[in-house]
Amino acid sequence: MNLTIDKSVDARDSYCPGPLMELIRMMKSEPVGTVIEVLSSDQGSAKDIPEWIHKVGQEYLGAEEKDGFWSIVVKKVK
Amino acid sequence: MGKRIVIIGGGTGGTIVANLLARGLRTELRSGEVTVNMLSASEKHVYQPGFLYVAFGRMQDDEIIRDQRGLLDPLINLYVDPAVKIDTESQTVTAQSGRSFPYDYLVIATGSRIVPEEVPGLKEGAHWFYDLAGAKKLRKALKEFEGGRIVVSVGVPHKCPVAPLEVTFMLDDLFSQNGLKEKYELFYTYPIARVHVLEPVAQWAVKAFERRGIRYETFFNMKEVDPLKKQIHSEEGSTLDYDLLIAVPPHKGMPLIEESGLGADGWIPTDKHSLTMAGKENVFVVGDTTNIPISKAGSTAHFEADTVAESLICMIKEGCPGRRYDGKVFCFVETSLEEGTYVWFNYNTPPNPGEPSQMIHWFKLAYNRLYWLSARGIL
Repeated sequence: MNLTIDKSVDARDSYCPGPLMELIRMMKSEPVGTVIEVLSSDQGSAKDIPEWIHKVGQEYLGAEEKDGFWSIVVKKVK
Repeated sequence: MGKRIVIIGGGTGGTIVANLLARGLRTELRSGEVTVNMLSASEKHVYQPGFLYVAFGRMQDDEIIRDQRGLLDPLINLYVDPAVKIDTESQTVTAQSGRSFPYDYLVIATGSRIVPEEVPGLKEGAHWFYDLAGAKKLRKALKEFEGGRIVVSVGVPHKCPVAPLEVTFMLDDLFSQNGLKEKYELFYTYPIARVHVLEPVAQWAVKAFERRGIRYETFFNMKEVDPLKKQIHSEEGSTLDYDLLIAVPPHKGMPLIEESGLGADGWIPTDKHSLTMAGKENVFVVGDTTNIPISKAGSTAHFEADTVAESLICMIKEGCPGRRYDGKVFCFVETSLEEGTYVWFNYNTPPNPGEPSQMIHWFKLAYNRLYWLSARGIL
């Protein structure tokens, strides 16, 4: 992915509250237009995050697997 | 001049750090080589996990509130004078009275607060058990409840991630015992794709929900409450009717943190191992105030406080930081009014909850009283 990341959440090794909860927190506090990257070592996040983004009507920009973790990028559009 | 340590916050994290410093630096404190000043917003110390038990009429105010001075080692100077500004450049904290507290080392343990006003209608329409007034109001509502749908809904971020499950199971037991089993429906909602953030806990909880007939909806983030129509709407587009709404309100850090420019929403960017504020080796952050993506809970504050106190003692005595925090969290989970289990995990070890038992529930009840030993840095 070749994107400009505005905010990054490093939720690797986080079991509680977890990557999606961290993303929801940041989605609430950041302005519309912000591109947020979530780093997660939890395989489930790569599935859960796009599903939630779709359901809540935000924009999913993609995910990339790196060395044992995922970088998931979303944009706050509303 | 001796080394000056300032601790902001007289909750679990700040109090444990202070008492461990008093023990580890007793000689230095007595000789004046080191001073520890604590700034607290209140003369009282509150055991916040007790609120859940207050709501169910199983603990009283005097069991969860103590004088802060009485909890602190006499070598700690307590000022009931809330901090209003932190300046990490001049290394000074200003208190509400106008008094300045210069420091060589700073510990920020200001905690978090509920912000129900972030969800329109929540303040007017919901009950909660995240402060004493709310817990007592909920206790009254539960006594008067005669049947209908109870919705439990969860805001983000919040502290004590197991509390939404605990309250749901305890409610189910309470109303069953009160003979209302046929007259109420429990409906649980959770912000992410499963019923609890910890997958093993979620798997276990779903089975318990199905066994007890508790309905649930996931991917439900509170958007708005209509207290007149008694409806709650989610960001994801669904609407639920309720007769009694019990919410875990979203939380924020203290305004002091944002006003001092230390972190958005009151959460300070913190190194997850050293627990120092990003870019400041002499500023430690403990408990809810950090931005570390692990539980905001008393247990987290406790284990972080152990680490910070040992690091500070090492820095003062040896000139180098000591321990690293490994992400350790331990949480009791009440699974009914009579049984409980627990989870523990750290950065490298996922949680693995065991079978609920009466014994663990009893141990939790015992811990509710042993907490005062934790705060004193003994347990």
